[in-house]
Amino acid sequence: MSRPAARVAIALLPLVLLGCAGARESVAASPPAIAALIPDDIAILHVLQRVTYGPRPDDIARVRALGVSAWLERQLDPARIDDTTVEQSLTTLPTLAMSIADLQREYPRPDAETQRKFASGAMSPREMREQYPIDKRPARIVAELQTARMLRAVGSERQLQEVMVDFWFNHFNVFANKGEVRWYLTAYERDVIRPHALGRFPDLLRATARHPAMLFYLDNWLSVRPGYTVQRGPNQGRRAGLNENYARELMELHTLGVDGGYSQSDVTEVARAFTGWTIERPRQDARFLFRPGTHDFGDKRVLGRVIRAGGERDGEEVLDLLAAHPATARFIAGKLVRRFVSDEAPPALVERVAAAYATTGGDIRALLRVIFAAPEFRAPDTAGAKIKKPSEFVASAARAMGAAVDARGALALARGAAEIGEGLYEAAPPTGHPDRAEAWVNPGALLARMNFALSLADGRLPGVRVDVGTLVGGADRGQPNVVLDHLLAALLHGRASEQTRAVLTAQLGLPEITRLTADDRGPANTDVAKLAALVLGSPEFQRR
Amino acid sequence: MTFTRRALLKSGACALAAMTMPPRFLARVADAAEARGTILVAVFQRGAVDGLSMIVPHGEASYYAARPSIALPRPRRGDATTTVDLDGFFALHPALAPLLPLWESKTLAIVPACGSPDITRSHFDAQDYMESGTPGVKSTPDGWLGRAAGALPAARATPFRSVALGAQLPRILRGDAGALALRSLDRFEVRTTSQPAMTQRGFESLYGEGVRDLLHGTGRETFEAVRMLKSAGAARLTPANGADYPRGRFGESLRQIAQLIRADVGLRIAFADVDGWDTHVGQGAEQGQLANRLRDFGAGLAAFIRDLGDRLADVVLLTMSEFGRTVAENGNRGTDHGHATTMFVLGGSVRGGRLYGRWPGLAPEQRFESRDLAVSTDFRDLFSEITTRQLAVPASTALFPGWTPTHAPLGLLG
Repeated sequence: MSRPAARVAIALLPLVLLGCAGARESVAASPPAIAALIPDDIAILHVLQRVTYGPRPDDIARVRALGVSAWLERQLDPARIDDTTVEQSLTTLPTLAMSIADLQREYPRPDAETQRKFASGAMSPREMREQYPIDKRPARIVAELQTARMLRAVGSERQLQEVMVDFWFNHFNVFANKGEVRWYLTAYERDVIRPHALGRFPDLLRATARHPAMLFYLDNWLSVRPGYTVQRGPNQGRRAGLNENYARELMELHTLGVDGGYSQSDVTEVARAFTGWTIERPRQDARFLFRPGTHDFGDKRVLGRVIRAGGERDGEEVLDLLAAHPATARFIAGKLVRRFVSDEAPPALVERVAAAYATTGGDIRALLRVIFAAPEFRAPDTAGAKIKKPSEFVASAARAMGAAVDARGALALARGAAEIGEGLYEAAPPTGHPDRAEAWVNPGALLARMNFALSLADGRLPGVRVDVGTLVGGADRGQPNVVLDHLLAALLHGRASEQTRAVLTAQLGLPEITRLTADDRGPANTDVAKLAALVLGSPEFQRR
Repeated sequence: MTFTRRALLKSGACALAAMTMPPRFLARVADAAEARGTILVAVFQRGAVDGLSMIVPHGEASYYAARPSIALPRPRRGDATTTVDLDGFFALHPALAPLLPLWESKTLAIVPACGSPDITRSHFDAQDYMESGTPGVKSTPDGWLGRAAGALPAARATPFRSVALGAQLPRILRGDAGALALRSLDRFEVRTTSQPAMTQRGFESLYGEGVRDLLHGTGRETFEAVRMLKSAGAARLTPANGADYPRGRFGESLRQIAQLIRADVGLRIAFADVDGWDTHVGQGAEQGQLANRLRDFGAGLAAFIRDLGDRLADVVLLTMSEFGRTVAENGNRGTDHGHATTMFVLGGSVRGGRLYGRWPGLAPEQRFESRDLAVSTDFRDLFSEITTRQLAVPASTALFPGWTPTHAPLGLLG
């Protein structure tokens, strides 16, 4: 049965039920009539699970109307997709468009004197709040970024772009709570990650290398030629030297991978090449600056190649070398395949994606096309093989429920993800958040998922509006089995396991779920919210 | 055959499906006394605590010379605003005075110059290294307490063998053995406004027997833990012996760890952290920012020890911080990132009432890089000695890969 026909059937159900006493049984006996998907729809569902933050109620039909391939091509070219609704909702977040200089000025840390007075008790918390209102504190910057991330995850039509922004931010992770980074984050995501998310990997790599967020986070801004003596400022006279932090992570995490065939000597040489890449006025407008006085002008030898470009070009040459390296192609390919296919990336597919990297010079779209067309991606046992990470779970639950989410609600969703273990922009290590099942599946986190499902379905999340009535297509709540069928169709698209269906059917027999009206005569009132929470907390819904 | 859930996982989903899930919880012994094992509690002071303010070296003239506005006064008997003398050279910060009885009863030992061989002054790198236990190596996937958990006998493991108080599992507890992270015991349940018991049963059946994979296994473990916690009544245990925990996250964490210990749910390793130590500006002295944090810290530790009563015989608590702070105060009456700091060890089997490790001295030429207290005890020496003794993990366990002890044992535990 095609989807439009199913819709008609759903719409007609109440009428049929009204007029036909036997209808209850016949409907209960044929849940597949509502839930079943044609083979094409199963493929569409799988693609949606992997390429978006989970299907919304109408998404399968929309993709079917366009055709999967055409829909994917549109997702690969997000500029052509109208996204005014979500853009509109983002305008309530003033920090998103601000420069680093503006953010430093408008959302400053309390000055030393204020901090001292507050710490010594000379200033009360109330006075502190008055002089330094909460919505003008630096924490606001991060809260707005978290809000924007979830608004887009739930509401953007450019779903693949949002998935890739998350992917690349995580790949080139920086941590909100390290020093100045929180004032740089907004620009980093907006000007570095987002424009290149579906662009060319070498461009993305170069953009991250020069941004104050990365320079600060991995300490390169402090790295100077060995033996350099600080000329000015509070550390005047101190001998400083190389900081290898960026050099090491650049190779281990950004390009070659830990087994990419580099040595400690390569780390030191790369660190020498990047000396002088620093931040000008880090507490004001924080711009990239090459400072020749701290650069090591000697020759460097990286991965067997001599680099003698001299000055700022040394770092550029290292980036070119790393971006073109076969180990980088394999490492990036492996990570993409792990995101889109399975935790255990099929080696043959990784090789094909790496080959595409080599022939296209790291064109991210080309790599994704290879993945989306791959039999490994479409294979039946790939469906549901990935465990949703917390932000994916939270966003997919809101999308599946057809929730209306405003800015407050988006922040509530971000907090929900943090409660389950994934604080957005709050991954401290340079590895970012993990993308493997075992990192996310543990008792505390699973319980937190169930409790999130309950809050969402019960309508207890501020700023997140759910309408369970719409969700079940106006099914008669006096018909618990019908309600359940609609719910499983809407939230799991008929992919509920036998066990889940049996458990939920058994729940229907409980008086708490099928509440009778007070006079005990009227129609039973099925607790749709509770059933929906159980479905969102089920094993099936944790997978994508 | 014993194996952990996570080790199973690594063998792949197919292999997993073919195996029988180990009846780990069923193996739990009914006799609570037998379930009692020794317990290690680790407390991380995140942000780099000024060890020189925890244990004040009042015998060092350099200390007073370097800190004109934030040095703590020399001890004067009977004056509660001064430091509390320990041995004529070191004294406790007045805000840590509740720890004096523990020093006197030899329950508290102090390692005054402990830290990492790595010279980083980045909080995040140094915390990472202190948790992974591999200074200078970022690629270590697990944490040293996680590795310690992996070396404990699996047969009697309960879901509460390794527990961190907090939303996320900290790096220090990561590892194949698995660990539980929870924010609060009384919130560790299915939370809903209506029919919580029925809702819990619903979720539980969704993860019931029948399917053997990571999700279902974890689901069963989750409800096992929820039920175990409830039936042990852990969240209902009120502090014993008149223990009075300070308000706030740290006191709450310790109070709940004590509840888990007293409820006999199989706890062996617990972790809590406490922040607010990064005192670059307006550090204060007898009063002020740092004094407030230390008051909370000392009161929490003292309440924990009191609460445990006789159970303290089974427990060792270890405090740590990623590095210390500069000897000299800076231009903002605070201190900047330094090197060595002070670590405490408390417990029934601790040979307390004394300091361990060489004191490097504070004279400028004795300092690390001319500015910081030097490290005389590698943190791995301390952590390794305590962990192997307290948890009886086999000596062959690579708690700290790539490291061999640089000292004879300190002899901290009796």
